Amino acid sequence: MKDFDPFVIPFNVGLYFILIYSVVRCVIWFRQLSRADKLRLQRGFFSRAFGESLREIFMESLIHRKILKAKPVLGYMHMSLAFGWFLLIVFGTLEADIFGKSHLNPPYKAIFFRFFNPGHGNSLLAEIWEFIMDLLLAFILSGLLLAIVKRFLPGVVGMKKTTKLRLRDKIALTALWLVFPSRLIAESLTCGAHGSGSFLTGTTGAWLASFLPAESLAYPFWWLYSLSLGVFFILLPVTRYMHIPTELFLIFMRNSGITTGDKAGTFAEVEVHSCSSCGMCIDACQMSFVTGINNIQPVYLHRALRNNEDVTEKAYNCLMCGRCEEACPVGIEVSAVRMIQRRNKTGKPLYENRWMGYFREHLNHEPASSGKTQNYKIRSNIRVEKADTIYFAGCMTHLTPGIKEAMIKIFRAANEKVWFMDEVEGACCGRPLMLAGNDREARELINFNSDLIWKSGASKLVTSCPICYNIFRSSYYIDTEILHHSQYIKNLIDNEAIRFNYSHKKVVYHDPCELGRVAGIYEEPRDVVSWVADLVSVPEEAEKSLCCGNSLANIFLPPSKKNAIAVDAIKRLTAGNPDIVATSCPLCKKTFSRVSKTRVADIAEIVAEEISSVQSKRIRTASVNLREMVNQLLG
Amino acid sequence: MKSNKFGFTLSEPRVIDYEANNRQIAEYIFDHEPTFRLCIECGACAATCTAGQFMTFSLRELNVLLKRGENDIPRQRIKNCMFCGKCILVCPRGVNTRGVIFHAREAFRKIEGNERF
Repeated sequence: MKDFDPFVIPFNVGLYFILIYSVVRCVIWFRQLSRADKLRLQRGFFSRAFGESLREIFMESLIHRKILKAKPVLGYMHMSLAFGWFLLIVFGTLEADIFGKSHLNPPYKAIFFRFFNPGHGNSLLAEIWEFIMDLLLAFILSGLLLAIVKRFLPGVVGMKKTTKLRLRDKIALTALWLVFPSRLIAESLTCGAHGSGSFLTGTTGAWLASFLPAESLAYPFWWLYSLSLGVFFILLPVTRYMHIPTELFLIFMRNSGITTGDKAGTFAEVEVHSCSSCGMCIDACQMSFVTGINNIQPVYLHRALRNNEDVTEKAYNCLMCGRCEEACPVGIEVSAVRMIQRRNKTGKPLYENRWMGYFREHLNHEPASSGKTQNYKIRSNIRVEKADTIYFAGCMTHLTPGIKEAMIKIFRAANEKVWFMDEVEGACCGRPLMLAGNDREARELINFNSDLIWKSGASKLVTSCPICYNIFRSSYYIDTEILHHSQYIKNLIDNEAIRFNYSHKKVVYHDPCELGRVAGIYEEPRDVVSWVADLVSVPEEAEKSLCCGNSLANIFLPPSKKNAIAVDAIKRLTAGNPDIVATSCPLCKKTFSRVSKTRVADIAEIVAEEISSVQSKRIRTASVNLREMVNQLLG
Repeated sequence: MKSNKFGFTLSEPRVIDYEANNRQIAEYIFDHEPTFRLCIECGACAATCTAGQFMTFSLRELNVLLKRGENDIPRQRIKNCMFCGKCILVCPRGVNTRGVIFHAREAFRKIEGNERF
């Protein structure tokens, strides 16, 4: 019995290379973290985050729970390869330890155990062990078969599209595909020659040995097995398979409380490398399944970033609806990664690849718009009024006057003293500029609006536009409660400040991307609608809701294609023949009402129509009640 | 305007001098945002414009000047856009107006090396 054979060299080279490489890369990444993030990571190491990370690594990286839930067949494919391979390594190592000559063997002894120990006794334990090993190999091979089928017929595993690959990826993929079949054949031939093996390798081996010179044929297949493993490990850092080591690091960083933020840095870099190119985002993307644009999805953005390609089109030609982020099984903050690229106005990549892409260097470009002068010279005649409540309609609401009038009616019915901030002239809230990557210009508009809000001394700001709502909440320094009108109306209902009639209209509610996936407000508008009408549920709602197509985040998509997305979305929403399609975003309303035969209305309009003429006497201010609600929730 | 001393002015000749004009910026926008060609200069975008309430900003004017190749005024004023997107919604021709402005800024940056954008 031999202890070493030259064929293990490719495997050994690959294995030690990838181990050392992973450690070095992680150290580099750690050193590039900001001081605060380093502390977070260190604290995370000694807290519950560590345990949670281990659990998440097991559930997501090995079992692939999220993919299993969304697409069972695809999930099985990923699970069989990841979890199956993991178990094969664990059981293989144990096997080498228990049945091998010595304990604590080098890794190649476990991987090529059958070659060095063709028949290891006939004890019951040995037979059970052989059976387990065969079972695991069969488990992996079944997944591999699905993977091969998926490559050519994505529909089988429930995918509409599969990811397009480059040459480098194809070589690595072929190497990965060869690993397990070559192991099967090599083990089978060896077992056939020695009359060992269980149901898979034993049977196949006996059959092959019946007409082939098994002993001499096995040797080249052991070489093939070792070579494919070696090639796969060497190519791993420059292909999408880098996600295998990186994802572990990502999960640990995320559980320690590190987020993407708005600048290029380690976390964004780790996220980009953690993308496994599974293609779940392509399936979720409306730009893909409606307009047929299949090159801008996160998979391709991340890959272009890894290769330092020009990403201008990929970064900007996106609705930022967040459907891909919701679908991503790795949990990459896709929109934040994209925004970093939009803010980079130099048009040059932020990173440069060194050593054929095995290492990357961060480039510090001079910011393109470094001018200190003010961009906007706003001459305004806005007269600030002192009020408790400010109503900020937003640019888009001025194009849908129905919403504006409905809100004024509601304010009147609620006896609220309101200053209509942008009634005559109003500046943009700044979010469209921010989405275009022009943060500095956006800041000028934010300062202009903040100034007006401060001067009016209001305690509450109601806006009708979810786009404005998000930036008011995230980027304004104002001491004012920000409410979207759905929340405001919900408060009025809870306070019994207004009485409503009940109409028996069938209403479908469309979640706007900005209010739903971005702001996380799903319940309030639904409560409001169901207070005055019959709310019917549709498959595309809440986190799975569609984008109307007219998102301000997309600067490149021509109006004809935006229209196609709107037509598709409204077709799905009106499948159950509702009386009204309700939404809570003026932009969605404007877009849908152009293409819909069914009436499209904002929730404010639906509610305003049903205001009862008999009003309740009991009027309390909504803000007091909100505080009570918060206390109830907390206590 | 030379002088206003005598209560009347001398007007510059109003001939479009295509020899002196530079259509490079317009060509860049045509290449990157083909819907720019659809514009009929109706002025709906300028009428609804948020930025136009506070500043001198008319997308219609800029479109005309850019197509003529008179880039001096657009270079100054194109910064004033607030990107709010109302103009796209009112455009009767389906021009991706924000795309026009985005690419015009890019063109000024790339072709003229104007780092201000």
